[in-house]
Amino acid sequence: MIIAERKPVNEILDMVKDAKKVLVLGCRGCVTVCSAGGEREVEILASLIRLGMKKQGKKVKVVEGTLVRQCDREYIDAIDQWKGKYDSIVSMACGVGVNFIANLRPTTKVYPAVNTSFFGGSADQGVWTEQCAGCGDCVLHLTGGLCPVARCAKSLMNGPCGGSVDGRCEINSEVECVWQLIHDRLGRIDNQEAMNTIAPIRDWRSAGHGGPRKALRDDLTI
Amino acid sequence: MSFTPNIQAFCCHYTSQQTIAEGKEGLKQDGMPENVILNRLVCGGKLQISDLLKAFEDGADGVYFVGCPPDECHNVKGSLRAAKKVAAVRQALIELSVEPERVEMFHMERGFHPEFVAAAQEMNKRITALGPCPFKGDSK
Repeated sequence: MIIAERKPVNEILDMVKDAKKVLVLGCRGCVTVCSAGGEREVEILASLIRLGMKKQGKKVKVVEGTLVRQCDREYIDAIDQWKGKYDSIVSMACGVGVNFIANLRPTTKVYPAVNTSFFGGSADQGVWTEQCAGCGDCVLHLTGGLCPVARCAKSLMNGPCGGSVDGRCEINSEVECVWQLIHDRLGRIDNQEAMNTIAPIRDWRSAGHGGPRKALRDDLTI
Repeated sequence: MSFTPNIQAFCCHYTSQQTIAEGKEGLKQDGMPENVILNRLVCGGKLQISDLLKAFEDGADGVYFVGCPPDECHNVKGSLRAAKKVAAVRQALIELSVEPERVEMFHMERGFHPEFVAAAQEMNKRITALGPCPFKGDSK
């Protein structure tokens, strides 16, 4: 899922400093699961905006809402239920949601309440770790299911590098060297010889280096 | 000018059980400040950050939670969860440049203890000294 973290309250308050009516808009997708922008977080942020604005002596009406998703145009239409009740939207969705509102509501002011961080999973309660970089050319079948693009600090395709010490990365001893993990895992699944294959120079265009990416499924378009 | 703070005390069912049984008059005799309003929850695990923030929105000058000792929660981890929620609100108050001492967490044994009243007295004294909460502007 997409992992996000709420921005500092004062940064958000500065975005809406001139607003009179704010819609704090959550998303029931990834940001609900990672506790950054679901209904509960909407309730908290709305309260903080009201308190912060009141402390500054400003009057503001804050409306709370949450959409099924903010990354789908059919769900964005549901914003119409709050028509006339806001002059600014503070979106608690990931950056995709903010962009979608901006795309589909050309005259609506929309602000991001979260920093969209990475693609990850819940490693433990309250802990999320990056697992995928969305690079567009998956090599997990060659690396025992562990991603060197997302989990190697240098995104090396042939590792480990000389900075791997005792299975840890030189950038931070808390970070596991994914190439050590790949080596160990390939051994456990009887595929250690895969480590002898030299990966060719990579074409990074699929990773966004060729501009914004687009996926098209002809069988689904009409 | 005299100031009587609005203090909202949230407490779990277990730590407040005997206190509630004392009744209003009994508590008054025990020295419980009358301006401390008890909000009883089934467990500290039920406490939400929004409950504490809402209390400030509704005019509280100080807010606190009383829960079981960290490792003696009747429901195992409710008291620890409540402490985390209180800490989050403290952080939010710091971000908004409001005294973090306006929100507090107390851990204490279950049943009626002088400590329950002492916590209320401590918060009453502390919040009275701090004065009205900066959130209580005129611009609601």
